[in-house]
Amino acid sequence: MENKYSVSPSPHVRDNVTTEKIMGAVLIALIPASLAGVIFFGLHALIVLIVSIVSSVLSEYVFEKITKRPVTIKDLSAVVTGLLIGLNMPPEVPLFIPILGSVFGIIVVKQLFGGIGQNFMNPALGARCFLLISFSSQMTDFSVKGGWVGKTAYDAISSATPLATLKTGVSYPLGDLFLGNIFGTIGETSALALLIGAVFLLFIKVIDLRIPLSYIGTFLVLVLITSIIRGYEAPFYFTLCEVFAGGLMLGAWFMATDYATSPMTTKGQIIYGVCLGILTFLFRMVSKSAEGVSYAIIFMNCLTPMIEQFTRPLAFGIVRKKKKEERNG
Amino acid sequence: MNMSKDKPLERIWNGIYVENPVFCLILGMCPTLATTTSATNAIGMGLSTTAILTASNLMISLLKKVIPNRMRIPSYIVIIASFVTIVEFLMEGFTPEVYKALGIYIPLIVVNCIIMGRAEAYAGKKGPVESIFDGLGMGIGFTIALLLIGSVRELVGAGTIFGIKVTPGIYVPVNIFILAPGAFLVMAFFVAIMNKLKIGAARRTGWDPTENGCADCSGCAHRNNCSGKVSSEENTEVKS
Repeated sequence: MENKYSVSPSPHVRDNVTTEKIMGAVLIALIPASLAGVIFFGLHALIVLIVSIVSSVLSEYVFEKITKRPVTIKDLSAVVTGLLIGLNMPPEVPLFIPILGSVFGIIVVKQLFGGIGQNFMNPALGARCFLLISFSSQMTDFSVKGGWVGKTAYDAISSATPLATLKTGVSYPLGDLFLGNIFGTIGETSALALLIGAVFLLFIKVIDLRIPLSYIGTFLVLVLITSIIRGYEAPFYFTLCEVFAGGLMLGAWFMATDYATSPMTTKGQIIYGVCLGILTFLFRMVSKSAEGVSYAIIFMNCLTPMIEQFTRPLAFGIVRKKKKEERNG
Repeated sequence: MNMSKDKPLERIWNGIYVENPVFCLILGMCPTLATTTSATNAIGMGLSTTAILTASNLMISLLKKVIPNRMRIPSYIVIIASFVTIVEFLMEGFTPEVYKALGIYIPLIVVNCIIMGRAEAYAGKKGPVESIFDGLGMGIGFTIALLLIGSVRELVGAGTIFGIKVTPGIYVPVNIFILAPGAFLVMAFFVAIMNKLKIGAARRTGWDPTENGCADCSGCAHRNNCSGKVSSEENTEVKS
């Protein structure tokens, strides 16, 4: 009986959703994309994924043991980070690169800032950018030895990513982009597999549509306008190619929606998504680089506290000062 | 070792450890981050700054009664700029490679906030001998800090130290460390190590710096040479 009289501060209504369940759901949602990567790129891709996950979990465990903090490897967040790092690797990458990336992502980006929920930028993307700057030749070498893609007739444009082709204003076969029969990182190859995972996450309400839709929508509109102005052949087809190529699907559905590094308010999430779209458009279409999703997302991760500051909702019953003055005067 | 206030050894130790300009006062960030791409550059920058700092500290200390209070900043800049010009020509003549590598950062020593800071906080108030040793200490502290950052960045980012390859052939250099982000990373790690050392030392004397902050001077390691003024002046007035 006395339990019913316990006094506690809000929140009083609690859900039974735990970090573990959310991270488990994200892992399940990433399975199709991982499978697609392994099928298209062969066994080495699987080894890269496993090595990334194991090194992420190990570095979290070792760091928390050394600093005598509670060990949080059971909440699966390190597994998700490791898998995302693995999915961001080229298929034939030397194995020390994902290991180094996992150690950097988990220890520097996540643990040094206070562990899960305290990281100011997505650990997987922080690691990806760290590796991209450090090992630019290994990280952009998308040649494949085994797997499906290696066997199909793509020798003529071997290891040129669709984005590099699109950069010149030439469209790419949309069917291959959608299914995944293209060169690229392990995770970004199949837009279809990523969308299956995203629909699963939407269905169980782990993510909502605001960030991905405003992100992809803004990007789509801007690319469409630019391709019409620049006079590319078939601007609609070209725009769809840009949307399904590269890391946009992986970034928009699985990385931009990371709880710790995206705004909490509805308005903030839409501002965040629109800014992501604009930045990705600028990186891909205006600057010299072919890919810009990861830089756009970590840039907006850093702006998230500011967006939240400006879009903070008013508490119930409080009137904004301006309105109050109007009413009084 | 005589460690009482304003004695030569105390000043030098103060510059190297107690108030290390880079790791404790976080001054002079522009040259620190930009010129530490290799150990050689770091040494060149550190030593030229030390020479200018010592000389300008001496000159300002000697002229402190002549310089009117209102005109002190322009006067300091004139004095510092003269020494910078001398050092610049000397480096161009005798160490042309380092001069070329450091480029614009040699003329920029004129507005280096360590030199301005020491002129404001120390040389403009104290005698010439103390000021020389203050400049020397601060300069050596700056050089050591730059050398540490530069060596780590060069070792990890290029696999060399002073241009000599020291890593085995299979080592793949982590390029980011010789680029701008690496400077911030290495710098942050050194500041963290320094804070760890200092907070540990302070805790052993029974004071918890994380609770009281610097507003409370009672347990502060600097209270002997600060008299409650130095840190505030250095932190607010001169930033380059």
